[in-house]
Amino acid sequence: MPPTTTTEEIIIELIDEGNGPGGGASSGDGGPGGGGGGEERSSGGAATPQRAYVTGMVVALAAILMFFMAFVSAYVVRKDMPNSAWIPLDLPRILWLNTLILIASSFTLARAQNRFKAADRASFRHWWATTTVLGVLFVAGQVIAWRQLVSAGTFLATNPSSSFFYVFTGAHGLHLLGGLLALLFIQFRTPRKLSMPTAVDIASMYWHFMDGLWIFLFLLLYLGR
Amino acid sequence: MSSHAHPAGHTVHAPMAEPSGFIRKYIFSVDHKVIGIQYFLLALTAVLIGMVLSLLMRFHLVWPNATLPFVSGGQMSQEQYLALVTMHGTIMVFFVLTTAPQGGFGNYFLPIQIGAPDMAFPRLNMLSFWVTFLAFICILAAFVVPGGAPISGWTGYTPLSGLGEITGPGEGWGQTMWIVSISLFCLASLLGALNFIATTIDLRAPGMGIMRLPLTVWAWLVTAVLGLLAFGVLLAAGILLLLDRSAGTSFFLPAGLVVNDQLQPHSGGSPLLWQHLFWFFGHPEVYIAILPGMGVASHVLSTFSRKPVFGYRAMAFAICTIGFLGFMVWGHHMFLSGMSPYSGFTFSVLTMAIGVPSAIKTFNWLGTLWGGKIQFKSPMLFALGFVSLFVSGGLSGLFLAQPAVDNMLHATYYVVAHFHLVMGVAAIFAIFAATYFWFPKMFGRMMSEPLAKIHFWFTFVGAYCIFMPMHFVGIAGGIRRYADASAVAFLARLQPVHMFMTIAAFITGAAQLVFLFNFFYSLKFGPKAPKNPWNATTLEWITDSPPPLDNFGGQYPSVYRGPYDFSVPGAQEDFILQGLEPSQVARAK
Repeated sequence: MPPTTTTEEIIIELIDEGNGPGGGASSGDGGPGGGGGGEERSSGGAATPQRAYVTGMVVALAAILMFFMAFVSAYVVRKDMPNSAWIPLDLPRILWLNTLILIASSFTLARAQNRFKAADRASFRHWWATTTVLGVLFVAGQVIAWRQLVSAGTFLATNPSSSFFYVFTGAHGLHLLGGLLALLFIQFRTPRKLSMPTAVDIASMYWHFMDGLWIFLFLLLYLGR
Repeated sequence: MSSHAHPAGHTVHAPMAEPSGFIRKYIFSVDHKVIGIQYFLLALTAVLIGMVLSLLMRFHLVWPNATLPFVSGGQMSQEQYLALVTMHGTIMVFFVLTTAPQGGFGNYFLPIQIGAPDMAFPRLNMLSFWVTFLAFICILAAFVVPGGAPISGWTGYTPLSGLGEITGPGEGWGQTMWIVSISLFCLASLLGALNFIATTIDLRAPGMGIMRLPLTVWAWLVTAVLGLLAFGVLLAAGILLLLDRSAGTSFFLPAGLVVNDQLQPHSGGSPLLWQHLFWFFGHPEVYIAILPGMGVASHVLSTFSRKPVFGYRAMAFAICTIGFLGFMVWGHHMFLSGMSPYSGFTFSVLTMAIGVPSAIKTFNWLGTLWGGKIQFKSPMLFALGFVSLFVSGGLSGLFLAQPAVDNMLHATYYVVAHFHLVMGVAAIFAIFAATYFWFPKMFGRMMSEPLAKIHFWFTFVGAYCIFMPMHFVGIAGGIRRYADASAVAFLARLQPVHMFMTIAAFITGAAQLVFLFNFFYSLKFGPKAPKNPWNATTLEWITDSPPPLDNFGGQYPSVYRGPYDFSVPGAQEDFILQGLEPSQVARAK
């Protein structure tokens, strides 16, 4: 196994130690991979190296992708069934705005990540909070879209196209709420087991993924009506 | 589960403090070893329930008109028989074959075999066990809810499973409980898979390169990847099915369905869509059940042949290839669904392609045995039984993989015989091999060897007596899921064969009592196990039996060689532990 501590990680850890108490748990980093062998593991014994959290997030995203792809394949198959009774859904216009807001949140998040790496804590918190607010706006916008459909008499069981619309937006919305919780947590608290750089890293990965996923779902719903 | 014995002295760091209190230590424990045992005990409970259900089925097939004291109305109805079929399949596939080899042994031994103190995410690990437990409670609750257990089989085919009570007594509450249980199980398995993958990638001891992993770890890793990619799909399908049942959507339910003279309100859905989603999960699930068994078989065969695994790299690649191909063959469960012959042909060719890595594995198992100093200990017997059953059950798969032959044999007992041998009994034999092999490490005591051998021979001969004749029943046209074949003229002649299978099943079932007695008696009264009773090589054998809380008592191992260094020329002993420094290896005089 190659040595695991890259230059970037060292920098991140230095920043972290300079900025907050979150770095404590990361001292076990590189335990099994470190050159000197495993003896010098922290006395906790069970400290999980920080990179495992990143691996875990990548793996979780793969599972989430499969979950959504199952819905997507069902959508494609169901829509083109003979006698599918499919009536194309008029998507609420606010979805365009929501999509723009979510894309914007990825840019503000990227800015926040950039500021974090530059050890500019105040600016980081500012951009991170902006991202969170944009996320809340997106969710609110999705709820408005639902209400518009409901007031137009389009419910879950009205038509297969509306069924899929609610399933896609509902499942994506739930996953996004999880991301919002992570954003809020990092805004106000310091995680115990994760170091701050790792927490910022994996929360950002998740958020960008949810953004990309929504763009895909939106295009599917719009172009594949 | 006896108390951990700490080694005195010589630890670099003080071992972790044990959590005090029964609940933190044994119930809501974050220790992967306790969680592994919890999974194992859950599977043990499940396998007993599943076995009783199967014995009831075998009983009913032979004596359909018998009066049973615990059945309302005295005689078992056809729906009750179908409920037995459904619950037997569901409990066995999910809560035994998926839970024991991966959740049980994988949880216990994967971290130890790679030299880690625990899983990467211990609390997630605890969560995944308790969600599995909740799923188990839900599936058991299906027995007692109004209407009883569902009748749509472990595959939950729509439209039967999608319409509610009108299609059968268990299709109301029972089917809902089934979907809830399976969805929870999917969630728990996803969390577990995530943990397994992150642990294997990031928590390996120094020197534990990817080509030094024991084949058990390879198998658990690939199984976790399969679970990660498959369970999410079933979860999605389960959610859609639940919406069809409770929210009035029509994902899987077509228009114009008339059930009990009532037109159903659905429109345009596709029952085949459910089959596709289900089997996209369902076929990888077969490998989720069998791959850990392959890992255990390789491990045990090597240990008791006193030889390295023949073709270690080929074995590792074969595991990966089987996992990869496993995602492309789900259509072979659906040859009769009216799919295009071209699709059928493609699925057929891909299915038979799995024969290649499977043959590589079998060849290498035989190669491992060839010329070895074979010790017929009980784990070895069960591993040999695994190879035998895997070959016997796998060969019939080559017939079923061809659409022309499957047209004849689909939904007959031939299929039942095939998957029971190759997936059911073979995997169970691997679980038994693993139990006899690792019991000393897990519980610090040895199991009785004579009792284990009695258990083996009755189970081995019994399994063949049950499932070999079943192939012929299937070829003769015996249709599966018929509650009473004696009422059908052309099937009534097969009843004597059914009688033979039922008697064999009851004898085999009784033989499991020997195992249970051996297990629980040895737990309490078995002789104390040394650190390395089998003279094996991997990292779990350098630590105490049972291992201390952090697995290695503060002294983390480094790895200096591959996992199967048996009978190394020039070495004094016929095994070299993976964690032994080269300078410490004793040379032959």
